[in-house]
Amino acid sequence: MSAADTTMSAEVDADAPPARPTAWQLLMNNTLAAAGFWIMAVIVALCILEPILPLPDPDVTSLAERLAPVFSEGHLLGTDHLGRDILARLFSGMRVSLVVGVTASVIAAFFGSLIGLIAGYARGRVDNILMRGIDMLMAFPYILLALAIVAALGPGLLNALYAIAVVNIPFFARNIRGITVGLAGREFVDAARLSGKGHISIVLTEILPNVLPVIVITMSTTVGWMILETAGLSFLGLGAQPPQADLGSMLGEGRSLLFTAPMVSIIPGVMVFIIVMSINLLGDGVRDALDPRLRAGALARPMAVTKIDRKAAPKSDDKSALVVTDLETSFEGTKGTTPAVKGISFSLDKGECLGLIGESGSGKSVTALSLLGLVASPPGIITGGTVAIDGQDVFGMREQEIVALRGRKVAYVFQDPLTTLHPLFTVGDQVVEAVQAHQKISKSDAWAKMLDLFRAVRIPDPEQRANAYPHEMSGGQRQRVGIAMALANDPEIIIADEPTTALDVTVQAEILALLQNLRKERGLALLFITHDFGVVAEICDRVAVMRFGEVVEAGDTMKVLSNPQHDYTKRLIACVPKPGQGRQFLDDVRKLAAETQNG
Amino acid sequence: MADRQAAIEITNLTKIFGGNRTLFGGKTHEIHAVKNLTMTLHHGETLAIVGESGSGKSTIARMIVGLETPTSGSMKIAGQDSSELAREGAAAFGRKIQYVFQDPVASLNPRKTIGKILEAPLRLLKGYDSAKCKARMKELMDAVSMPADALQRYPHEFSGGQAQRIAIARALAAEPDIMVLDEPVSALDVSVQAQVLLLLEDLKAEFDLSYLFISHDLAVVESISDRVAVFYFGELVEEGSAAELFASPNHEYTKKLIASAPRLEIE
Repeated sequence: MSAADTTMSAEVDADAPPARPTAWQLLMNNTLAAAGFWIMAVIVALCILEPILPLPDPDVTSLAERLAPVFSEGHLLGTDHLGRDILARLFSGMRVSLVVGVTASVIAAFFGSLIGLIAGYARGRVDNILMRGIDMLMAFPYILLALAIVAALGPGLLNALYAIAVVNIPFFARNIRGITVGLAGREFVDAARLSGKGHISIVLTEILPNVLPVIVITMSTTVGWMILETAGLSFLGLGAQPPQADLGSMLGEGRSLLFTAPMVSIIPGVMVFIIVMSINLLGDGVRDALDPRLRAGALARPMAVTKIDRKAAPKSDDKSALVVTDLETSFEGTKGTTPAVKGISFSLDKGECLGLIGESGSGKSVTALSLLGLVASPPGIITGGTVAIDGQDVFGMREQEIVALRGRKVAYVFQDPLTTLHPLFTVGDQVVEAVQAHQKISKSDAWAKMLDLFRAVRIPDPEQRANAYPHEMSGGQRQRVGIAMALANDPEIIIADEPTTALDVTVQAEILALLQNLRKERGLALLFITHDFGVVAEICDRVAVMRFGEVVEAGDTMKVLSNPQHDYTKRLIACVPKPGQGRQFLDDVRKLAAETQNG
Repeated sequence: MADRQAAIEITNLTKIFGGNRTLFGGKTHEIHAVKNLTMTLHHGETLAIVGESGSGKSTIARMIVGLETPTSGSMKIAGQDSSELAREGAAAFGRKIQYVFQDPVASLNPRKTIGKILEAPLRLLKGYDSAKCKARMKELMDAVSMPADALQRYPHEFSGGQAQRIAIARALAAEPDIMVLDEPVSALDVSVQAQVLLLLEDLKAEFDLSYLFISHDLAVVESISDRVAVFYFGELVEEGSAAELFASPNHEYTKKLIASAPRLEIE
């Protein structure tokens, strides 16, 4: 373990910027992982110190003292069936198990990762040959394969080690290949090639550093497993040979005495448990510390509704369909909460379209998600304000009531339907599911309703297209499905979060026209979130400009665009190139940049 | 150099994906990504390539920088035949032509400092020693208006606009004659987009570059390009000077494209 430890921490230290908590600090913050680490540290220290500890020779038999109980004179943990000191045997057994486990996993990790890297980077025929070989290895039950290898090489600890290493190579190879395939297609690899790097250099200096944490994580989680496997082989008499002590063989020898002298097998059993448990705890901790997503809590399961902890719940007399008053949404961090939306207010009436425009980080999407408590919690908290839908305060409702509102009264359309549609169900089924979520109607009625919806969003040949999977449709068609799904329960308000950003301009124009029509036909209130002033000008009646979580300017779209009041709005509008402006645009930007620098 | 006028000359270039023989003698599905393209990028000009997703514009760009091999046809990059360059290896391409990717964050290795990222082209393509590398890195950071201490930091510590400046600095490090800009501003916020466009325009004059600018945003294209080539399903359907093409488009598709662009009209 110590060898793996040092390479790992060196790798991590080099990576962590000075200001952030290091991986080591993160590891120590995790109580279980820290416990695992310290237990391991004690075990490793004991194993290293074993030769100088005042212990009897573990292999010396003394039949006169056989099966001495625990705590007997001179034998703290008693003796086994040949009168050998169990404490001494335990220590040397631990040492053997650890060395074999760690060595086997280093060997498996090295060869497995090498195969995985080569197969994943080269692809094509090389990949095929290597991975089919790995598949063949995997086709055998692993313990049978280990048994066969040991049978061929003869029993013995070293051969058991080889067997275990070989058996675990596929595990690493598959894992690493999968990640390498993803990385090899990434743009930074292309960029490295254009920087003049050769293939070997790309694999070693570009891909390997990105794969290394995964190798370390996989290793830390397999070491425990390998120790168990070693013990298993020794237990079967194929690993360590007598008189050499090994936790597995100690268990095997004690098995026949389980009723007369249970301690003989329980002690090594408990030891195996402690070692494997502490390694696994440590391994999990290492994974958490190295995986930035886990660190940020992004993989944690969010609550059904954003946590609500309001300082104030102001009331408004506005009778519009959607009234937002002083909404404040914050994110919990290690250093307290930071507000992302800082007390914004707006209202939206039936048949109206309000554009919420801002750059990334302006809080426009968080605002949209806050309206129905969809901000992931943790870390999101709604810290103030009210959202009133038909005069009812959403945040004052019970959780089930808020959930019931979603899709029925208020529906969302997101940027990329490929990520919001389930890849394994047909689009028709998914829309039917959305219909049935709120309406108690039969499957065939729901299907008919779905076809109506598809016609409403102008999907050609709906009967046919309903059976298509999301990946079989173009981006524009998918977004139409997304809109059909939003319309499934005749909502009054639609919140569209950058619905056309991922689309081509010609398709964007069609989708905008569709939304505009639907709004007029159905009297929908549309909250349109975008970063594009051109889109706002096309579709919105009113616009609110957001920056750093605040609305800096709001009003009629044409008024705001033709006569912006706030400096930020002016600058944003100036930064949008207009058709027909041509090269004049860059001259204007140059002037603007000079102005901001001087002012 | 024989022809100082042409930075890139493309003749009858075709790229077909798929169409390989399978194990059982069948043929896999063929996709004609680029069909019989003939096009020239003159020295010192900005030629914009416009088209929808799937129109083959990125495939053209990737062939020009040697990341993809053409099925047939020939290309001359800065006066040298591309098959010759391909034989010499990736570095030969890299010295003549560089590529700026759409997603700046994805184009920078997350586990390397900016200094390490910039070092690769300086060392491998220019053969500079470490003192010269250091000096050049500072100059490059200066050229893209980034502070020199950025060199010690990691890509995720930068915003999209800053990351794109760094990616541009890396492309400049190779001191190329030509830069292929693949949607370099479409992932950026509007205010940042304007700054990056301005930076590109300034760098072009400063380093005597020729640009191949790929974009789907017509207004952006109009603001930076001299000539525009419109692609539709792998074919070049219309080509002309930016002002002319936008004022009087001939091809149906170009007309549709111009009509679809969202307009910010202020009366």
